[in-house]
Amino acid sequence: MSHAIRVENLGKTYLISHQQRAPYLALRDSLSMFVRSLVLRLARVASGQATSGLTKEEFWALRNVNFEVEQGERVGIVGKNGAGKSTLLKLLSRITEPSTGKITISGRVASLLEVGTGFHPELTGRENIFLNGAILGMSKAEIERKFEDIVAFAEVENFLDVPVKRYSSGMYVRLAFAVAAHLEPELLIVDEVLAVGDAAFQKKCLNKMGDVSREGRTVLFVSHNMGAVRQFCDRAIVLDSGECVFDGSVEDGILYYQNNVIGWSDRVAENPTTLRKPFEDVPIWIQSVSVLDDSSRPSLLLEHADSFSVVFDVVVERPSKDYYSALLVHDSYGNNIIFTTDEDLVEPPIAKVSAGHYAYSVQISGGLLKPGTYSITPVVCLKRRGKVDRRDAVLRFEVQDTKTRRGAKQIYRPSAIVAPEVPWVLNRVNDSRAA
Amino acid sequence: MLPDRNMNAHVGEIVIEAGKGTRRYWSDLWIYRELLYFLAWRDILVRYKQTVIGVAWALIQPLLFMSILTFVFGRLAKLPAGGVPYPLLVLTGLLPWLFFSQALTNAGNSLVGNANMVSKIYFPRMIIPLSAVVVCLVDFTIAFVLLLLLALMLGALPDWRILALPCFLALAFVAAAGAGLWIGALTVKYRDFRYVIPFLVQAGMYISPVGFNAALVPEKWKFIYSLNPMVGVIDGFRWSFLAGQSVLYLPGLFVSALLSVALLLTGVRFFRKTERRFADII
Repeated sequence: MSHAIRVENLGKTYLISHQQRAPYLALRDSLSMFVRSLVLRLARVASGQATSGLTKEEFWALRNVNFEVEQGERVGIVGKNGAGKSTLLKLLSRITEPSTGKITISGRVASLLEVGTGFHPELTGRENIFLNGAILGMSKAEIERKFEDIVAFAEVENFLDVPVKRYSSGMYVRLAFAVAAHLEPELLIVDEVLAVGDAAFQKKCLNKMGDVSREGRTVLFVSHNMGAVRQFCDRAIVLDSGECVFDGSVEDGILYYQNNVIGWSDRVAENPTTLRKPFEDVPIWIQSVSVLDDSSRPSLLLEHADSFSVVFDVVVERPSKDYYSALLVHDSYGNNIIFTTDEDLVEPPIAKVSAGHYAYSVQISGGLLKPGTYSITPVVCLKRRGKVDRRDAVLRFEVQDTKTRRGAKQIYRPSAIVAPEVPWVLNRVNDSRAA
Repeated sequence: MLPDRNMNAHVGEIVIEAGKGTRRYWSDLWIYRELLYFLAWRDILVRYKQTVIGVAWALIQPLLFMSILTFVFGRLAKLPAGGVPYPLLVLTGLLPWLFFSQALTNAGNSLVGNANMVSKIYFPRMIIPLSAVVVCLVDFTIAFVLLLLLALMLGALPDWRILALPCFLALAFVAAAGAGLWIGALTVKYRDFRYVIPFLVQAGMYISPVGFNAALVPEKWKFIYSLNPMVGVIDGFRWSFLAGQSVLYLPGLFVSALLSVALLLTGVRFFRKTERRFADII
């Protein structure tokens, strides 16, 4: 029983339906279309065919994936959004069935695709421990035996008889993770759950997972947080567009991911970074890029609450009234967080200049990006023709939050992409009915 | 760390293969039997949290229905009760019917209602509709106390025939579970079936002998009437509770029982065929 998991030729397709759209304007037409499609649809359902009126397209969420995991290994699964990570986890945890291939798993599997699945807000902490434990596959006796440990781990002793709907989100997550962490499976599958909770608790969770693997159990860990993957895993599998593109050591895997999947350069970036002319006859190009903090000093470590600016120098070799520029900011997930362009102005200033050397300064307001790693991509373009010089992820910078209350409590919601500082106001409204 | 006995049951190779489904389905169902209990327990707990009168709700519905049906069928239509106090006749029919209709409704909506669990965790999906049916057994038990009290008040206590009552309850369970599995699985794919359930329940109340005695159905229609599985169940309930005041139409009971079992078997088959895709389409 050396292999904990063996995955052979695994694939999963989904059918994506596209509604056939016809811009019928007349109500009479729409009504008759509706009736006709209804009759057609019912007829097809009755004859056992799929729903009609839709065109179906096959989409491979995962294709031809092969790997083996030895007992006790800690494997990080890395990839962009939509690369097939979640599908792989769902297949491994038997939630959905593969379309092709075979998976062989030895031992009990616990999958934490979401913390607190089955938690009921009306039930108390105590009740939810039992319920969640049962959902995860624990017996009542097993839960009773581990109850004290779970409560101690979650640090919710005083709130055991309070409905979890009154818990803070931190308490909720702690309790949910605590139950799952005490399942003692042979194979633990964890999806991104550590992205929640405060830093201290995240550390505790990582330690707990470390204990799990020291006991000879196998852990599969999916995260966008490269730091956590590096710290915790000893092997990485990189998925891209449903295929396994890398399988090897965690350091190499993260490098591969950053260089080949999200296009980050692996060299240590200088700030400012000086760039070479992309080709000889280029009419306009970007010569250097730098990131400045709010006191105009070059810095790649920025504060969440403070504004910062991106300065990039542009060399105009041949002027054109069709020039404009853009700046993109991507997060470490590959999401495009900010796109901004001077084409939004009535006339881009770059369209009016003569040949020469210019510097763009783009100021981005503070209190917007949540803590994490970001990359910047400056582009110079020609109207209707597209990019002339684009420097993908030329600089990377970190955002930290050491100043705000949110930063101190580490309460950034993982599902939210930006974290703007938003004023909340509550006004009393006089009830006119009462008047 | 001592391995748990329950845990050992999981140990061994799990093979997941395209098109094969889960191989150890029934043993998995057995391993997860406590989940069935916990889900039922959750539903009951949640139902009565933040209610003022709590469990009394399980009594109010049968009481109200009993009063209305007694008034309509007993007083207005003056249907014969065969020597039984009319409220008692109604309540003996109402109890299995309410159990069946609530179980059907709950089981039918259960999968969609627990979509989150279905798409995030593996366990035999059949546990969800089954636990929904089990929850209704609790309501039934509470309402049964009401029936006993009423029988005591009216001085019409059951005799030895009541020993057969669990069998008829089991039959109602089989019919409800069978229909619930069908509708639950269908609702996952076609949400239309959500709207079918209330219709079934309303129509079913009239075509089942809830407010009247099945003996009123003309002889030549009796057999066809028994194609409704609840006819046999309600008939059986009255026979076993009303101390010989109600006659059991055996061919009808046989047909009802056969149909209920067929409903359950086909329901299980259909459910198992479709459940592999639940997480993808729910």
